[in-house]
Formats: sequence, structure tokens, C-alpha cells
Amino acid sequence: MSILVDEKTRVIVQGITGRDGSFHAKTMIDYGTKVVAGATPGKGGTECVGVPVFDSVLEAREATGANASIAYVPATFAADAVHEAFDAGIELVVCITEGIPTSEVLKIYGKMKALGVRMIGPNCPGVISPGKCKVGIMPARIHTPGNVGVVSRSGTLTYEVVNQLTSAGLGQSTCIGIGGDPIIGTNFIDALTLFEADPETKAVVLIGEIGGTDEEEAAEFIKAKIRKPVVGFVAGQTAPPGKRMGHAGAIVSGGTGTAKEKIEAFKKAGIAVADIPSQISQLVSGFVKPA
Amino acid sequence: MNIHEYQAKEVFARYGIPVPPGRVAKSPSEAMRIASELGGPVVVKAQVHVGGRGKAGGIKFGSTPSETEKVASQVLGMKIKGLTVEKVLVTTSIDVATESYLGIVVDRRAKRPVFMASPAGGVDIEEVARTSPEKIFKMHIDPCTGLLPYQSRFLASKLDGDPKLRSQIASISHKLWRVFWEMDCSLAEINPLVKTKDGQIIALDAKINLDDNGLDRHPELAAMREGESENDRMAREMGLSYVKLEGSVGCCVNGAGLAMATMDLIKHHGGEPANFLDIGGSSSPEKVLTAMRIICSDPGVRAVFFNIFGGITRCDDVATGIVTALKEIEVKVPIVIRLTGTNEQRAREILGKAGLAATTSMDEGVRQVLRMAQEGVS
Repeated sequence: MSILVDEKTRVIVQGITGRDGSFHAKTMIDYGTKVVAGATPGKGGTECVGVPVFDSVLEAREATGANASIAYVPATFAADAVHEAFDAGIELVVCITEGIPTSEVLKIYGKMKALGVRMIGPNCPGVISPGKCKVGIMPARIHTPGNVGVVSRSGTLTYEVVNQLTSAGLGQSTCIGIGGDPIIGTNFIDALTLFEADPETKAVVLIGEIGGTDEEEAAEFIKAKIRKPVVGFVAGQTAPPGKRMGHAGAIVSGGTGTAKEKIEAFKKAGIAVADIPSQISQLVSGFVKPA
Repeated sequence: MNIHEYQAKEVFARYGIPVPPGRVAKSPSEAMRIASELGGPVVVKAQVHVGGRGKAGGIKFGSTPSETEKVASQVLGMKIKGLTVEKVLVTTSIDVATESYLGIVVDRRAKRPVFMASPAGGVDIEEVARTSPEKIFKMHIDPCTGLLPYQSRFLASKLDGDPKLRSQIASISHKLWRVFWEMDCSLAEINPLVKTKDGQIIALDAKINLDDNGLDRHPELAAMREGESENDRMAREMGLSYVKLEGSVGCCVNGAGLAMATMDLIKHHGGEPANFLDIGGSSSPEKVLTAMRIICSDPGVRAVFFNIFGGITRCDDVATGIVTALKEIEVKVPIVIRLTGTNEQRAREILGKAGLAATTSMDEGVRQVLRMAQEGVS
């Protein structure tokens, strides 16, 4: 098993005819992901990277029975793309796009909860269940199948950690980049809940960063509900207050959201905390036997 | 992006929120002219992007135009928390009876905007939240409906007992919500909202922070950007995220999380990062060149560390950028490069031809750059 995506996932690529959309659609197909359709308004009836293209997500879903989509759509049109996918009956939408106004993401979040569906992101690298399915932009070759679940607000820092896990013989069940925006569709608690229920996942790596209180909430949740071992890391210990550190959500404001508070919350919840990224695989190998 | 009080008051006025008459001045003589046009006593307020202006002496009273000129000359040019005052708002002085607070932010935990009202106005709301949280009243707002009439009535009821004033406050609340939502604010705040001695409700101060992601659809607000450093401007225009810090190790990294982790690792090994810099996802050689210009213009930098984990970012693009930068700009400090991932081999060839080497380990790279930063020679 794994979570969120696997061999049964049938994916529509929204914005498949764009430069990024076609490039990543191809890498996903090469990985073995079942990319069943593309959707680009005005390009219906054509084909792109060997996949039929439809004018709308609804037409694409009706023709192919897709259950997931990934949006490679510029920020100006991305919120519309996510609404379109939800309204077309898609249950899982991965939104890669960075730069969507928060007010738009808040509206999407409201709809997502009302429909009981899920968005991963925005501003994220996507999700991969190694050896089964990749719905995202992460480099495939650093991943290997195994029993470690990874959930992170970051992109490249996740690659760094996954690469180390793989080098140490620690494969992954599923890796999810939940995104660097202040409001995201899937948070740590959602991912932890899924990992806890997944028999293949034996331990979880949780990579947080400054800003907001998602890590603190996750810590409380882990203490109360999660039996599997969790290894944590928080980026941004040297970040000055009041400055946005690249990610729209990575900001210490009004004295809250500091790395120190988050690390303390993790430690209080009994989570093994790595001081530096290269300690993560060592800590994980205390819980999961390397291959 | 933050805008100044005088700019926020322009936005408020457009939405019909009552603000005292006033205009912005860049010189004492201009301040004097505005004071005489307004007539009567005025307040001269420093326009800087920090809190605590009053305590720092950045808000002064002028009873006559000539006194206004004098106090404006004291405020203009003064430094408040490291920022120089270049503009003052000259505004009619108001006889205040009571002060209260209205503000809207996004509650990240609740994933909804939250409207806050407090009868304890005129002081830092975070201080009120710490010392007397019972004095802050909150209403979460459904993004699908916006602020509902019952919510503005509830908030207003907590600020004044007089039904007539309550309806004025409710109306201002509704306008403030429209400012927040329609202008893509991350914060819209009136502190203090005052009742004047003759029974009017006025926004004495105004604060708006804007969601950077919303700026594209509000060009009139984007045009309000002021006080940006040359490096910040260059970074923004090239799509780089840059934050200057005080250390000696310049950092150039792809991805925000990895960039923060790199800074932390430098600190962990006993060094101090000179900056946060994320060159972003699809990083062209031009981006790397601009990043090098920015980093090398910082006189505190004694060595530069590149940390690249190629995903969308292609290592060869970064290598080309580094080689170009070394040709086009005078780089007086040593460079340590860590790169791995997409097109790594090609990148090593490009670097090799220019006599540069790259490590694959982030820890090793940081140790190397710290040795060099301490020696400070190429």
C-alpha cells in the first residue's frame, strides 16, 4: 500500500499543452503513472505527449474515468483550474502553482471541505508513491520503494532528505510535498492520519518550517493519535522575524511561528528531532531497518 | 508588501471609511503649507514601515503652521528602528473621546479570515492579546458569504453602547472587510478607531499589508511600493527571494526550504549566513548572475556558498550562470559549490572547464565554505 496515489490512480494533466505541463506529463508517464488525459481550453481533440487532450476537465473525466488531476497552470488561472476539477468530480487535485492569491485559496479550501475532496498544495512539488505513481515535479530517481512516509512543506529540502534516505537504504511508501503557502489543502495532520492507517508505512518523516502553527498542531495530534514513530525537522532557525523566507507561508509574525517553538512542541510530543538534515536518516534507521 | 499609513488612508477613503483630512509632505515647508491649508492644529506623523512610531518620537503635534514646520523638520530624517523617515503625514488634530480597535487578518489555523474588535484601542493589539485576551472579540468570516450583517452588528456592539454609533461602526466594519477582501490584504487594521468628542467615528490610523500574490491584479496598489533597496528591487524583478542578514557567508540556493536549512546548517557549524536567497524553480543563468551581483555587493560577505539540488532547476544552468558571473563581475571572495541532481554531469564539465569544482554533500560544502570565510582569501 501507500497513500493518496498508487497503480490505480488515473490522472488528468491540466495545462498539459504548456511548457511545464508537457515536460512533467512526460516524466510522469515515463515513471509509470497512468496519465489518461490532458485538459487545456481550446486544445480539445488534439494529442500531447501521446495523451488525448480535452477542452475541459469534465469531458476528460467522462471520457477516461480519471480520479485525480494535477494543475500546471499559471497563477492567474490556477484557482479556476482547481474549481473546475472539483466541479468535474475529481477527488484529488495536486496544485503545483506558486503565487495564487490567498483569498482564492481560502475559497477553494471552503469548497474542498464542502465536497469532501482533497487538494494537495498549492505551491508544492506534488506526491509520489515510489515504484507506483508520481503526480508531481520531483526528480523520480532519488526515490525508492520502502516503508518511510515523508511529508513536507518544502520542495528541494524534501529531495535532499529523500535522497539521503534512499542512500541509507531507507525506501519510501509515499512522499508528499504539502506546499509552502499560508493556506494549503492538505496539512500535516491529514497526511499523518493517512500514514497511520497505511500498513506499509512504518515511520514518518515530518519536515516543517517557520510560519503558522501547523507543526504545533501536528505535534499535539501525534502525541494523542499517532502510534508510529515520527522524525521531525524544522527549517528556518536563523530566519529573522517579520521577513518572508521565499515561501509565502514562511514568516514569523507577531512572535509566533518560530522554529524554536515548533522544535519544542515536537520534543514535548516525543518526536525525534534532527538538528540538521543529515541526521534524519540516522534517526529513521533507529525505527526502520535499512534494506 | 506593506504600504504607508497615508496610502492606506487613501484606500480607506475610496471605500468611504472616514479618515481625518491630511496630506503627505516630504519637506518641512511642504508640511507648513499643508497645515495652513487644513487650518487649526495638526498632527505630524512619520511614514515608516515599523510599529511604535509614537514612542520613538515620530508623531508630533503642531498648533500653528510655523510650529508644524518646526516639528516636521525634527521628524523628517530621523531614524526609527533603523529606518529613515522620508515622508510625514500632516493631518487634522482630532479631539478624541474613546479609542477602540478593528482589524482583519487571515487565521491560518482556522483557514478563514478573522475579524477582531476590541474596546482597548490605541495600543499594540498583540499586547492586548497577551495581557487581556477577554477584551478582543472575534468573528471568523466565511469566504463564500463575506462579512454578514449580524457579524458587523455583533462586533459594533462590543465597541459602543449608543445605537446610532453602533450602526456607524457596523458600516465601517463592512467597508473595512471590503478593503481587506477586494484588495487582497493580509492585514487591514484601524487602530485606533476613535469616537470624537462631538460623536463622530473616525479611523485615526490605518494599516494595510498586502498579499504579494495578489499584487498582479491590483496594479494601483503595486505602484505604492516605497523604500525598497536596490538589491531588493533587483531580486524582485528577477524573481529571486532575497533577505539580507548580517553574517559573512553569502548563500545561493534553489528552493526556500533548502535555503533556510542551508542557513541553519551554516549557523550549526559556527558560521553566520549573510543572506537568504532562493533562486526559484526554473533558474536560468541570468538569475544566477543577478544573484551573484546581489550577494557580492554586500561588503560583509567573505565567501559564497551555492547549494543546488536539481529538480526542475538544471545544474548546468546554474553552472553556466556561475561561470558567466565570474567573467562579468569582479568576485573578490571564494566560492564553494555543492550541486547534485538534474544534469549534474554536464554542470561538472562546465565548471571543470572554468577551473571550478563542486562537492555533492551539503555538510561538506558548508564545512568548506566556513573554512574559506574565516580565511577570507580566494
